[in-house]
Amino acid sequence: MRIALNAMLPLIVLSPFFLLPLVVRLGKQRAQWAALLALWPAVLAVYFGALMRQVGQAGPVQASLGWAASLGLELSFYADGLSLLFALLISGVGSLIVLFSSRYFDQDPRAGRFQAILFAFMGSMLGLVLADNLLALVAFWELTGFTSYLLIGFEHERAEARSAALQALIVTGAGGMALLAAGVLIGQAAGSFNLSALLARGVRLEDAASYPFVAVLVLLAAFTKSAQTPFHFWLPNAMTAPTPVSAYLHSATMVKAGLYLVARMTPLVGETPLWNGLVTAVGAITMAIGAWRSVAETDLKRVLAYSTVSALGLIMMLLGVGTEAAVAGALVYLSAHAGYKGGLFLVAGTLEHEVGTRNVTELSGLRRSMPVLAVAGLLAACSMAGIPLFLGFTGKELLYDSLLGAGGGWGPLLLLAAVGASALMGAAAFIAGWSPFAGSGGPAPEHKVPAALAAPPLIMAAAGLAAGIWPGAIDGVIGLAVSGVLGDAPPVRLSLWHGLTPVLGLSLLTLALVAVLFRWRIGVRRRIEPLRMDFERGYTLALRGLDALSAWSLRALQGGSLRAYVLVLIMIVGGLVLTVLISQGLPGFPDVMDVQPQEAAAALLIVGGAISAARSKSIITAVLSLGLTGYGVGLTFLLFGAPDLAMTQFSVETLTAVIFVLVFYHHRSVGPMSTWPIRLRDSLMAVLFGGSIAAVLLFVGAADTPLRLSGYFAENALPLAHGRNIVNVILVDFRALDTMGEITVLSTAALGVFAVLRLGRDMKS
Amino acid sequence: MNRLVLPLVIPLLTAIILLFAPRKALWQRWISFAGSIGLLAAAIALFLRIERDGIAVLQAGGWRAPFGITLVADLLAAMLVVAAGIVAVAVTATSFAGVDPKREASGYHPLLHVLFMGVCGAFLTGDLFNLYVWFEVMLVASFVLMALHRTRGQLEAAFKYVTLNLIASSVFLTALGLLYGGTGTLNLADLSTVFRGREMGAFELVLAMLFFSAFGIKAALFPLFFWLPASYHTPPAAVGAVFAGLLTKVGIYSLIRIFTLLFRDAPPGVYTLLLGQALCTMIVGLVGALAQRDFRRVLSFNLIGHLGYTSVGLALVTPAAMAGSILYILHHILVITNLYLVSGIFLRLRRTTQLAELGSMYRERPLAAALALIPVFSLAGVPPLSGFVGKVALLRATLEASAYWTSAAILVVGVLTLLSMGRLWEASFWKPAPNPEKAPLNRVILLPIAGLSAATLAITFAAEPLFTLALRAGEQLLRPEAYIEAVLYGGARR
Repeated sequence: MRIALNAMLPLIVLSPFFLLPLVVRLGKQRAQWAALLALWPAVLAVYFGALMRQVGQAGPVQASLGWAASLGLELSFYADGLSLLFALLISGVGSLIVLFSSRYFDQDPRAGRFQAILFAFMGSMLGLVLADNLLALVAFWELTGFTSYLLIGFEHERAEARSAALQALIVTGAGGMALLAAGVLIGQAAGSFNLSALLARGVRLEDAASYPFVAVLVLLAAFTKSAQTPFHFWLPNAMTAPTPVSAYLHSATMVKAGLYLVARMTPLVGETPLWNGLVTAVGAITMAIGAWRSVAETDLKRVLAYSTVSALGLIMMLLGVGTEAAVAGALVYLSAHAGYKGGLFLVAGTLEHEVGTRNVTELSGLRRSMPVLAVAGLLAACSMAGIPLFLGFTGKELLYDSLLGAGGGWGPLLLLAAVGASALMGAAAFIAGWSPFAGSGGPAPEHKVPAALAAPPLIMAAAGLAAGIWPGAIDGVIGLAVSGVLGDAPPVRLSLWHGLTPVLGLSLLTLALVAVLFRWRIGVRRRIEPLRMDFERGYTLALRGLDALSAWSLRALQGGSLRAYVLVLIMIVGGLVLTVLISQGLPGFPDVMDVQPQEAAAALLIVGGAISAARSKSIITAVLSLGLTGYGVGLTFLLFGAPDLAMTQFSVETLTAVIFVLVFYHHRSVGPMSTWPIRLRDSLMAVLFGGSIAAVLLFVGAADTPLRLSGYFAENALPLAHGRNIVNVILVDFRALDTMGEITVLSTAALGVFAVLRLGRDMKS
Repeated sequence: MNRLVLPLVIPLLTAIILLFAPRKALWQRWISFAGSIGLLAAAIALFLRIERDGIAVLQAGGWRAPFGITLVADLLAAMLVVAAGIVAVAVTATSFAGVDPKREASGYHPLLHVLFMGVCGAFLTGDLFNLYVWFEVMLVASFVLMALHRTRGQLEAAFKYVTLNLIASSVFLTALGLLYGGTGTLNLADLSTVFRGREMGAFELVLAMLFFSAFGIKAALFPLFFWLPASYHTPPAAVGAVFAGLLTKVGIYSLIRIFTLLFRDAPPGVYTLLLGQALCTMIVGLVGALAQRDFRRVLSFNLIGHLGYTSVGLALVTPAAMAGSILYILHHILVITNLYLVSGIFLRLRRTTQLAELGSMYRERPLAAALALIPVFSLAGVPPLSGFVGKVALLRATLEASAYWTSAAILVVGVLTLLSMGRLWEASFWKPAPNPEKAPLNRVILLPIAGLSAATLAITFAAEPLFTLALRAGEQLLRPEAYIEAVLYGGARR
């Protein structure tokens, strides 16, 4: 049994991907058939439960599928208490979400696609929390971000859905890049990319030179993914996603990936002042800001989104505090949050689905027409507010308990913030979970809430009550998970009643505050609403800045003028050559007295032709002047013993001149093409460029090169290649491949002329 | 017959047969497609042989090196020839969708095969002047392919393209002249032995700078890339696909050859220059991409930026970095070719690739959208697609080489690419299109896209063997003794 469970791990984790073809098909069937899809995550949950038992008895398990080992990328998986706690949440909540979605998207042609992306997300998320290989963890991490992108943008015809999707992709994607860098750095510093090996060896990176970078990069990833201030703005915007997505990704699972990461990395890179300080501070600030905004919103989903931000901050802060009690509290709080917040989102989604709005100011009195949903909402709200008997209460007790005992000088401040945030969140809980059902009036639904919509939130909410009443059911799991973070910790004992302690007093104080805030919620909202800080601004400004930079760089670099492009190319090539020449020194200048008069004449012809061509105002003159330059070159060939080359050159020049004259006969004169400063600049460039190339040529003159090739050609042309004309033999034998290429060039050019002419005729006819 | 010559002979023969075959589009397409299949088969055969037996050499005409021209294939060259074969098959398959029968009758297909010959020739030659000839072949074939399309914008683009590329050719030729005058040889392996152990003085440095500029222009590296964004968005999708997939890679390949064979002992300053240029190329390319409002122009700038990735290996000269660059090149050839083919869908449906005019694909054409999803987000580096694998390889290599700024740039450019591709995806697939589609879509056009997407996925699944191959190819490049020995003392000779 044990071996079987181990070996199955990789296939189980990847199973949602394998099932995709089936999911697409089944997902678009009628709801009762599509609901069957929920069975698979349920099976997974059972599997993870069984594996958890085994891990509890025999320790963590590891299994690998291989992939790209020489890159350090391996599809290897590692299951300990911490990862299995997450895996249980992912598969358990996932099952309910799939069930809910089957009904939510009933009759929608996009249902198959939706369920498929949801399954892909589930697979990625399982991969993230169960990955052994750090780089595989990063890959799954990014894949959760990408599937989240597709899901937030599911209503892709709405502009705000698209921009929210992109925003989430970029913010969490940037974090993903940071994590990739951190993963590689950790692997390089520690010598392995496998968490199992690193944890087993007890590796600590604290003393590595790269430690501060690693820590900050890991935290950057965690903070962006788990919506910590100042990156939290993407989460409320992501509420444009369909509600099952908000419930699943953006409250129960994906946003907790950052928390998982922090917990997972604590033994490796945590437990330093830098780490704990940053995690605690950022968590506390996020907790405060999220709670504050949560009571100011009127959109049910935004209320829940900000309270999620707050809860994520709270858990982050507990992980930062880092004592045993704090970590246990964090994990209990996290589990409780997955249940009640998922449930509340589904309640909100059902309300929208059935009543058509999710504005709290418009919703009331629905308890009569939707009794089951009302119970679900109330139970979830109670857990979230931390009413005794619920798991949320247990979590909050642990929160206060751990803050009372720790935090150094900051302890009291953290405690104060935690009480305040808890009170605000409690109020938000009842605003979202109870106020739509309370009172009277308001809109009425058209028909009864289908069971497939009402059951999942009820189950999630009830689970919070069950676990609260019977904490013994989960303390084994929590204990195992805590030991995954802190090593061998003593077993965790959760209990409902701690006796008359200061913590209980704080809990009662919180509840009193919740009651007050909820009672006067409208006034509170009105006061808080205008006080907002725009964290999104950084993102908006960054994008706007990038766009401006982009436009500027295009104007500067890609102006569109060919002359400018040519000038820049010439400047760069000439500049590089000149730099070398100046830094290395020029070659020796040859003795002027060696120059023969006829050579000087040829040189004069070349230079004179070029100057005249540049100065001339008539195209014909320019072409003829260029011809002179060409003849000068030909003359040089003649003088240095290459008569056949000279012949070729003369013919080419003549033909070119004739053709040009024929073509340009009717366009004889051109006005001045540019002003004199530009001409001065251009001629300066030309002289510098030409001068530097000429200087470079002096190297060749100075080099005493052995002419091995010419010697070989001369020797072997007749005996081996059977030709008397060495140039011909070179062309058609020694270097025949070049000639073949050049013939191809000429034929292609001819083909081009022919094709263009023929095409012109065809197009006309 | 030696397998080395087949990747040159097959496209040449195909082009000749196409010239004499009936001008009917159907004939042209089938012959052209068969030629591409033949090229791919020959490339694979060559690759398998080299993977098994090591570097292969053919002394053209039986003249021993350095007196004749040597064709030589090591692992890098063989892999690139296979990639060229894949691109050839995909692009010629696209013509079955019947995009442009008039031009198909006017030399489109033979020109494509001349281009393929030029590309394969450049990958396989062991002689610098011969490389120049293949550059000419590519340039003239690509120019004529562009000039077959004669709207004002297209002609202007073709003119800029040919002018700026001719400057590269002149610089290349100047360098060749200098090199031959100074060393008396043009054979790469021979040159490598000549330069080995020689202190790099002004002459060698000037040569390095000239080759760097010439190939840098061809490879569209910063700040020499002007011609690419000025021209790549105008030709038809299939032509753009070949250009983007292969032509710039030839420039990168040439840089790799020159710097691993000739300038192995370059002073650190040269490598700093190469690295700086790679970084600038990445960042300028991707920043430039953000302001683009046209599908193909977005691709052009992404192309430039990622050419920066591919030149990192060259600058860091570690086997891992070289392997990372090679892996990235292979990934990029498949993906960018595919994306230009995707732009063909838009040209077909909406007669434009202006982003403002596109949209609605995700809802109305789910199959096309699903197929396009793979190259778009592979380019963006989303795991487990090929771009992610390449990025991991490069990141590991740069961090191992302590090139932290390069690592940072790779990551920043990764985010920018994600942004650029996210926007591209939204504008062309998600948002509602402003107008209805103008023409029906022949679904044949999806086949090559599906094939290339499958090839992209294959990189993911075969990441391990591919990276091992890339590592071996990198080792071959950085320890060129085997290459030199094979060229100078291998092959049949007189």
